[in-house]
Amino acid sequence: MSAIPGIVAINTFREAVRDRVLYNLIVFALMMMGAAILVGEISIGIDRLVIINLGLSAISIFGLVMAIFIGVGLVYKEMEKRTLYSLLAKPVRRWEFLVGKFGGLVLTLAVNTLFMTLGLAAALFYVSRQFLRTDATILIAIYFILLELALVTAFALFFSCFSSPMLSTLFTLGIYVAGFFSADIRGIGTVTRSPAMQMTARVISYLLPNFRNFNVISAASHGDVIPFSLIWQNTAYAALYVALVLIAASAIFFGRNLK
Amino acid sequence: MSTPAIEIEGLTKDYPVGFWRQRLRRSLDHLTLRVEDGEIFGFLGPNGAGKTTTLKVLMSIIFPTSGTARVRGKSIDDVRMHREIGYLPEQPYFYDYLTARELLEYYARLFGFGAADRRERVTRFLERVGLADAADLQLRKFSKGMLQRVGIAQAILHDPQEIFLDEPMSGLDPVGRREVRDIIHDLKREGRTVFFSTHILSDAEMLCDRVAVLVGGKLQGVGAPAEIVSMQVYAMEILFETQAGRVLPGSLANSATQIGGRYRVEVPEEQLYSILEELRGCGARILSVTPLRPTLEDYFFKLVARNKTAPQPEEAVSR
Repeated sequence: MSAIPGIVAINTFREAVRDRVLYNLIVFALMMMGAAILVGEISIGIDRLVIINLGLSAISIFGLVMAIFIGVGLVYKEMEKRTLYSLLAKPVRRWEFLVGKFGGLVLTLAVNTLFMTLGLAAALFYVSRQFLRTDATILIAIYFILLELALVTAFALFFSCFSSPMLSTLFTLGIYVAGFFSADIRGIGTVTRSPAMQMTARVISYLLPNFRNFNVISAASHGDVIPFSLIWQNTAYAALYVALVLIAASAIFFGRNLK
Repeated sequence: MSTPAIEIEGLTKDYPVGFWRQRLRRSLDHLTLRVEDGEIFGFLGPNGAGKTTTLKVLMSIIFPTSGTARVRGKSIDDVRMHREIGYLPEQPYFYDYLTARELLEYYARLFGFGAADRRERVTRFLERVGLADAADLQLRKFSKGMLQRVGIAQAILHDPQEIFLDEPMSGLDPVGRREVRDIIHDLKREGRTVFFSTHILSDAEMLCDRVAVLVGGKLQGVGAPAEIVSMQVYAMEILFETQAGRVLPGSLANSATQIGGRYRVEVPEEQLYSILEELRGCGARILSVTPLRPTLEDYFFKLVARNKTAPQPEEAVSR
């Protein structure tokens, strides 16, 4: 097993930290503090629900913004600044570089999410002075958010292998939005009589990543039980999808002439 | 016969140009070259000659349209080859959020050196390129010359046998250039091969065992600098001064150039003694007599000029 992706990943993580990427945590912390104080004042009985909903949504949105905006620059920046030249002259295969870059950003997102989770836990404890057994579902929801972010990162990296950051951002956002509504795209096929349209809608819906499967924020805020089968299904789905997207990215990047 | 350090055979690189009607522009045209182990080999050419393209192909940063290349007998596609080479890109740029020490540590990790070995190497090579005092400074605060030194350190950090340097003297002050020249000499003494591109001909003349001249993507000549420019004397240079109030004879008055209180004149070798007699006759004091040989620079300019006037059908090839 090559150690190169791990070495590249740690350097990518260090880059993100030194670029003050984790400063977003200050905004998150202020937001959670404000929300906790405000919710405690105005809501009766639903304060926990509001805090969990708000906290998980913020973790997801902050993570998405990071995954897309940093992800699209991961490869492009290295090509543009020509830092890749000296790296590729070392015994580093192009796929190892890509996997390392991906791993580095996922590590950054994971650390970021961990701190946000601590912030959410603190806000939750502030409003209810206790943790419930059902709060474990919050951790599952956060795990799903991380899987979703890994998938988005893989797409951002994939697009950044052949397009500019601006286009890569648009493409990744497009995939995210379309993937969120992939079930609805399949639904469009059922309302048409044309077999060709039905087939097309089905193929597109299956090709797009189903991001809605990762969203259990509502269930977590209501303390609903999340079946174990969903955990492993989502894990396997995300792992497979990430692997396929990274293989496609590597295939494109493999033969690419750098500037 | 021993395996050459670098073997390039028919290396050609075309770049697509244009947006709608794409055409191919040939940047490198069937380059064939062989560099022996332990040589300092200079790769000369004006801007746009194809020097950097060649180095990028050898490093697998770009891929050739046709042709092959091997380094120490290994194909350039073979990632194991990269363990045995070092590369300094032209105008190197590194991760500016890292310090020089961290950058070299990062690269040393890629070669699998252990922690103690890494620390020792990084310190040693930072000292070797004169950056020991700036080791813990972030690269964003480095000058161009300092970046060049870091670039050289990362290229030789893992003791490669073959070292490729793209314009290593660029951006350096005279002291820095001297230091780089010393490093290149040291590498040769250690038995390594140094392949470097440059357009500073005096550096090539001073350093290289052999040079290749590339113009318009085509190889124009390969050989020792002295072989390439031929050692034949084409004229004699006489430096002299006259006594106050004495006038130079007519023939010399027209051909001599006054530099301060001295005169300089170039004469054919066969006329040297008669001119010296003439100068003595008018009371001039001879300061020096120097044989003039063509320099690499003369050869280089001649080639560039020839290339500019020659038709270049291969410049653009329709796709």
